[in-house]
Amino acid sequence: MSGVAGSGVDGSGVDGSGVDGSGVDATGRSGDDVLRVTNLTQRFGHGDNAMVALDDVSLNVRRGETLGLVGESGSGKSTLARAILLMRKPTAGSIEFDGGDVTGLRGSALRRHRRRVQMVFQDPNDSLDPRFAIGRSVAEPLVAAGMSATDRRMRVFESLEQVGIPADAVNRYPHEFSGGQRQRIAIARAMAADPEFIVLDEPTSALDVSVQAQVLNLLVRLQERTGVTYLFITHNLAVVHHIAHRVAVMHNGKIVEEGTGEQVMNAPEHPYTRTLLESMPVLYRT
Amino acid sequence: MSTDVDALRVEDLSIAYGGAAPSVSEVSLRVRAGEIVGVIGESGSGKSSIALAMMGLLPDSATVTAQAMTVAGSEMKDASERDWGTVRGVRASMVFQEPMSALNPCMRIGAQIAEVLLIHGLADKKAAQAKALDILKLVRMPDPERRMKYYPHQLSGGQRQRVVIAIAVAADPTLLVADEPTTALDVTVQAQILDLIRALRDETGMGVLFISHDLGVIGQLCERIAVMYRGRIVESGTTQRVLENPQHPYTRALLESIPRPSVPVRSALAVIPADNDFDRVPAVLEEAS
Repeated sequence: MSGVAGSGVDGSGVDGSGVDGSGVDATGRSGDDVLRVTNLTQRFGHGDNAMVALDDVSLNVRRGETLGLVGESGSGKSTLARAILLMRKPTAGSIEFDGGDVTGLRGSALRRHRRRVQMVFQDPNDSLDPRFAIGRSVAEPLVAAGMSATDRRMRVFESLEQVGIPADAVNRYPHEFSGGQRQRIAIARAMAADPEFIVLDEPTSALDVSVQAQVLNLLVRLQERTGVTYLFITHNLAVVHHIAHRVAVMHNGKIVEEGTGEQVMNAPEHPYTRTLLESMPVLYRT
Repeated sequence: MSTDVDALRVEDLSIAYGGAAPSVSEVSLRVRAGEIVGVIGESGSGKSSIALAMMGLLPDSATVTAQAMTVAGSEMKDASERDWGTVRGVRASMVFQEPMSALNPCMRIGAQIAEVLLIHGLADKKAAQAKALDILKLVRMPDPERRMKYYPHQLSGGQRQRVVIAIAVAADPTLLVADEPTTALDVTVQAQILDLIRALRDETGMGVLFISHDLGVIGQLCERIAVMYRGRIVESGTTQRVLENPQHPYTRALLESIPRPSVPVRSALAVIPADNDFDRVPAVLEEAS
């Protein structure tokens, strides 16, 4: 990743560009948090009928690490993802990105911020328009970033190459690819604009396990190469244990437990985490 | 229910759609009474075609050939639609992945369970309601009296799947075919539904053919498993033997592709190469018994 350093107020004096995540070990907040969510609350509806989707959530993600966010349906994990992507104004709380408060960003400042944060959905068809050739979909974030046509072509080829999709894909359409290939193309699209942060919302949940393995391997490789930070959202504790440096467990709009994958799986402290673990098939616990 | 009849016995089943190459080739399966047998495979392996064939639900474009296909004690190899009518929903029934598409959204769930009993002449109008309540209790529906009057949308996903299972077991079938019944559910709810299927098997002695893409779920529930790849069973045996000592290269690759705590964190998981020759490696099948 390039062109990132110096864009934020970084009191630690550490050059973040070389961090590959493996050096992340301590818990608690550090000077190199790329994302800080503080006391975030999201309420839907009013008065007695209000539904609290996010209840005073605080969370930090360090540059270059993968934070795994685990929860079941209705836990609030996707609402949190939307809030982080500034798709909805939170009821209360703040979101800081790279040292700056982005909670209320609007207009051109918001558009500039959006280039630095990308998203990959469970269903790759959500980010690939079936009527567009692959090249156009992958180039879209680059058009938004104002890149010249020649540079865009180069960057699209590089992005596809990174995810192991042949260059001739640019002229083909999503339906010509398998589900796993489409998800790799969606990842190429997310990576194209050289983002600092990618929210991955159940990126492998619709895939066969052998294809999931390819995508997980790819995500690890890309992170090692570029230093990009991931928020990996899933219902699958075994998957986050494998891919994440730290894991946060969500339940009823709250983060009920946070720690390394080892801590959460081997010594869960919250009763809900224990229930979740006991519900997992034994194969995924061994 | 008779326990000396196999719930299912299939020999050399092949299924082809239109003029295409067979989706299922020479598959043999046996589910004894009171046994839960798992079929594991990835998308396109042919596992769902087998499930549909066992219920006579394949489309007309499908060509089915078999040496034998005995479903709940009846030979159904060349069965007509009329023959299937006496088996399907009574002696053999099926549970699908998506409960909402199996239930009638405009009908109270008590009436939907009672309907099965009425259609198959297992109860008269008076007795059907009371029997439906018993069945709702059998599937451990919380507060069953009140829920009899609920419509499907008033229930959670797990409760809906309980209703679908209630409808499937209403006529006390010899065989239950379950095709990915927990795939759409949260993991905590999935665990409850797996417990329910096991408990119903224990109580009724029915045989269960459980189809899934999820080796963890299959491993949790089934006594024996068959691993499918490209339309063939490449390995079968007791669950413990297959999971702890897999012999076929496809089974091994499948197991190694799963992220588990025993695999080093962030290490590369096994990937099944596109140009593998797994389907040319002889199948490792358990001894017929």
